[in-house]
Amino acid sequence: MGPQGLRSGWSRILEHLTPLGGEGLDHRQEQIRHLVRDNGVAYTANISSGERPWRLDPLPMAIPAEDWRTVCQGVAQRARLLEAYLEDVYGPQVLVREGVLHPNLILGHPQFLRPVHGVAVPGRLQVYAADLVRTPEGAWQVTTEHTQTPAGAGFALENRIVLSRALADVYRMGMVERLAGFFMTLRASLRALAPAHRDNPRMVLLTPGPAAETYFEHAFLARYLGLTLVEGADLTVRNDQVFLKTLGGLHQVDVILRRLGDDWCDPLELRGDSLLGVAGLVSAVRAGQVTITNALGSGVGEHLGLLAHGPVLCRRLLDEHLLLDAVPTHWGGADARAVVDPGPNDVLRPAHGVRAAPISRQGLSKADATALTQRILRAPQRWVAQTMPPAATVPVWTPEGLVPRPATLRVFACRDAQGRWQVMPGALVRVTDDQEQSFDRGGIKDLWVIADHPVEPVSLLNPASAPVRLLRGGVDLPSRVADNLFWTGRYAERLEDNARLLRAGLTRLADDPRSAGPALGAIAAMADRLGLRPKTRALDLLPADIKALAFDPKGDNSLPAIRHRLQRSAAAVRDRVSNDTWRIITRLDQDGEVPTDLAQAITDLDHLLMGLSALAGMGTENTTRGPAWRFLELGRRMERAQFALDLLRAVFIDTKDAAAGQEVALEIFDSSITYRTRYLTAIQAAPVLDLLLVDGTNPRSVAFQVARLGDHLTALPAEEDRALPTACERHIMRLRTAIDLTDAVELCSPGRAADLVAHLESIAQDLTACSDAITAHYLSHATARRSPA
Amino acid sequence: MRYQVTHITTYRYHEHVAVSNNLVHLAPRTLPHQQILDHHLEISPSAVALHRHTDWFGNLAGSFAIEQPHKTLVVTARSLVERQAPLPVESFLTPSWERVAGALGRVDPSLREVVEFVDESPLVPALPQFLKYAVDDFTPGAPVLTVALAVMSRIHKEFRYDSEATSVHTPVAEALALRHGVCQDFSLVLIGVLRSRGLAARYVSGYLETSPPPGRPRLVGADATHAWVQVHTGDATIGEDGWIDLDPTNDCIPGERHITVAYGRDFADVSPLKGMILGGGQAKVDVSVDVERLPDGDWDQK
Repeated sequence: MGPQGLRSGWSRILEHLTPLGGEGLDHRQEQIRHLVRDNGVAYTANISSGERPWRLDPLPMAIPAEDWRTVCQGVAQRARLLEAYLEDVYGPQVLVREGVLHPNLILGHPQFLRPVHGVAVPGRLQVYAADLVRTPEGAWQVTTEHTQTPAGAGFALENRIVLSRALADVYRMGMVERLAGFFMTLRASLRALAPAHRDNPRMVLLTPGPAAETYFEHAFLARYLGLTLVEGADLTVRNDQVFLKTLGGLHQVDVILRRLGDDWCDPLELRGDSLLGVAGLVSAVRAGQVTITNALGSGVGEHLGLLAHGPVLCRRLLDEHLLLDAVPTHWGGADARAVVDPGPNDVLRPAHGVRAAPISRQGLSKADATALTQRILRAPQRWVAQTMPPAATVPVWTPEGLVPRPATLRVFACRDAQGRWQVMPGALVRVTDDQEQSFDRGGIKDLWVIADHPVEPVSLLNPASAPVRLLRGGVDLPSRVADNLFWTGRYAERLEDNARLLRAGLTRLADDPRSAGPALGAIAAMADRLGLRPKTRALDLLPADIKALAFDPKGDNSLPAIRHRLQRSAAAVRDRVSNDTWRIITRLDQDGEVPTDLAQAITDLDHLLMGLSALAGMGTENTTRGPAWRFLELGRRMERAQFALDLLRAVFIDTKDAAAGQEVALEIFDSSITYRTRYLTAIQAAPVLDLLLVDGTNPRSVAFQVARLGDHLTALPAEEDRALPTACERHIMRLRTAIDLTDAVELCSPGRAADLVAHLESIAQDLTACSDAITAHYLSHATARRSPA
Repeated sequence: MRYQVTHITTYRYHEHVAVSNNLVHLAPRTLPHQQILDHHLEISPSAVALHRHTDWFGNLAGSFAIEQPHKTLVVTARSLVERQAPLPVESFLTPSWERVAGALGRVDPSLREVVEFVDESPLVPALPQFLKYAVDDFTPGAPVLTVALAVMSRIHKEFRYDSEATSVHTPVAEALALRHGVCQDFSLVLIGVLRSRGLAARYVSGYLETSPPPGRPRLVGADATHAWVQVHTGDATIGEDGWIDLDPTNDCIPGERHITVAYGRDFADVSPLKGMILGGGQAKVDVSVDVERLPDGDWDQK
């Protein structure tokens, strides 16, 4: 079909896009920006500290299906070639024996993992990516190949999800090849990798953690492919088998899709300084008890010097003619002059660093150029020179209108269950202003393969053919995830509690200072109990303290600081947080501006509290009652109980004007109305104590929190058959008894002050002990470390 | 010469260790001048997942895990070794060091097992300082072994042996700058200097029979693990496939009192015992080595 096909497909899409005009495209771009933000797409997932959101262009790049087929054939062949190459490298090494390749291309690569040489594995390459540029003549050329942990397929999918919503009318015309089929293939191929073809293999995605640049993608892919997202500390090797440490005990893992670099995977046999890996993993692979994909050591296929040998390798290993060329590449190990004195249009790249930015000698100062030459001369085999063609451009939508920019494609392929290579019908298009290779510069475009026939919609979530086994619960919760959920609950509650306290303070500051004095004294006592400000601080500093606690991002205990911690612990369990919930969490700091007057400050806190109510609502209404929810709840309840106890002690022990303190406490506990309808009298100590401590029907009382804590602990999976209650359960029993037996009227009568103090202190101590017991029982997980040498 | 080598490593932990995974290089290699008559490993408490494999470098490696809580781990390796002195080598007969380095830079399938010992390795980075050391010893056209012996002697002379000054974690750059260390440091420096000139050098771990001071009885367990270097002479008919041993700590070519356990690019490839533990708190490690020379024929009765 050729140009005809392009016209019938792309021109129909253009017909729909053209009427939008500049304004329409601006509008779509704004929509995209919101969708991207709400879905939390970011190259660095470290939220609110240097995260750069994705800049997705509203115009997709389009390619007709016929042209795409040529790319597919070339990419699939290169993937096959590297698969064969890795088999040789970790097997007979005929390429070196016959002198086809210089041994340093293999042995000098840091990802040539000697401990896995000769170890038989079911396939060394499962996922593959290639970066392509288009020459002015229209040919595609490879600049880089990714064989270790190819990143970006998840981002491409996310781009598609966003763009298909923003351009729904165009997308629905059914002319664009869908991506879901590729991911179905990937999932099926992972299942087929399980040792001894176990029927229901447990599959995990191993990530370095939230600090990784592409953590967002790890979480996204894990959710999309139905894998458990794990970090090294979640796994343990016992008797050569790999297990996931969960609340329900150890569960054997069959397949690991890794996003952790080759040499970081096992601190015992590979990099000794790795804290990210799993000790004994290599031994488990050697014993054939687990499949890691891509196989350990596959990074050796990323040696940029290999690009210089494509045709020879293809002839020797596949006995085929190479279909897709690389850009002209010279390896310093074979030809030192090529890297010491490169051509005028050449860029220099570290041969082992596919992610390092290429260096052009042109832009360097004389001193820098000399230093670079010195560096290269010391080890020319660590460098390549590549002659980049003047890359073809694509139109990009900018505030100045359409602008042509050079673009590179990252194309993905996976080996299906039958061993054939399938190429994803789409790509991550990276638009560059310069030669930057990084994801976060320039911008991103989606690639649409325009089909020459109508496309059937597919979705990964609903494979209609397979019968589904109904499942409930989920004891697969890794201990680390439980820990993060627990803290997400605690921080959400802490944010709410402190916001309530500070709002009460701001309201009093707006009042007549003479009448507000006693209440402010109580608020100061509460803040001191909570450790929010330095002890023995003068009362007249309170207004400044309240303002700082509410809005200063640098304070340790300020609302912005707690919000940051909440977002961080939620980000660490991003794969377990729904998009709606995530949207609420990211929007808690929408403008971030410090209010200039009291009225605005109070309004801001009102808004924050509304956001937090929405978050709590998602927790009660939209979350299944599995262990994950219980840990979120345990955190929330424990935090609220401890906060309540701090407030009660501030009011009943530290505050001089008892009535004023009790009134503030009722307000913060959202219990003023209950009190007034129940008692119709002025505020008195005994009913306040009863309502806030003992009354199990008040959802903010200590008794209520303790009851919920007890419920959750009972519902969590127990370790084994055991006759005695756990330490956690014993603490709950003690707390329940102590609270139930509280006689508020008696304790608040004259002359019993010391007993009241003792009673509250004892409950507070039991609560702390209970919190420690929960941490010790469920959450603490020791990290493996090196034994001394 | 026959030796009974007993190598005992004891870990004492302050708290219980829940799990430990371990990798050992404790079995001596079989070589043209060294035969292993017996070797076995005793592990207490008892281990699981016990495997032996030949590693990339041809060493006999072992791995095991302890999955019962323990506060003490004792690993005892006993080896019965027969060792002969290698043939003396005339250093002036070896090719010039430039020729050897030049051949290693070209694609030569016959040298495929040698070239990886030219490149930098985890513990021996290509420091520019290496190129500045022993410049006078690299006389143009000099035989490679003559040069290597001269550099070895220089390190022996200029470096102070000090068992307190360094640990196994001391970077080679520090040992080079301060001119002191133990056998491991001496060896890594020699390797770095040879590699900086394009020569192939590898790290050897092993044992050395020590003599008691005159008039004193031999003390059992007073020996230690030892380390030295091998340089490739570019001539496969010399030494072990072209490799010649050099002991910079003692300024000698190792003979029948040196027992080779394993070799690799540096210490990281041949660490006698390394482990990862879960739990344990503070830990103390104690290594005792005994190299006992057996009277001729005595081992037959054992």
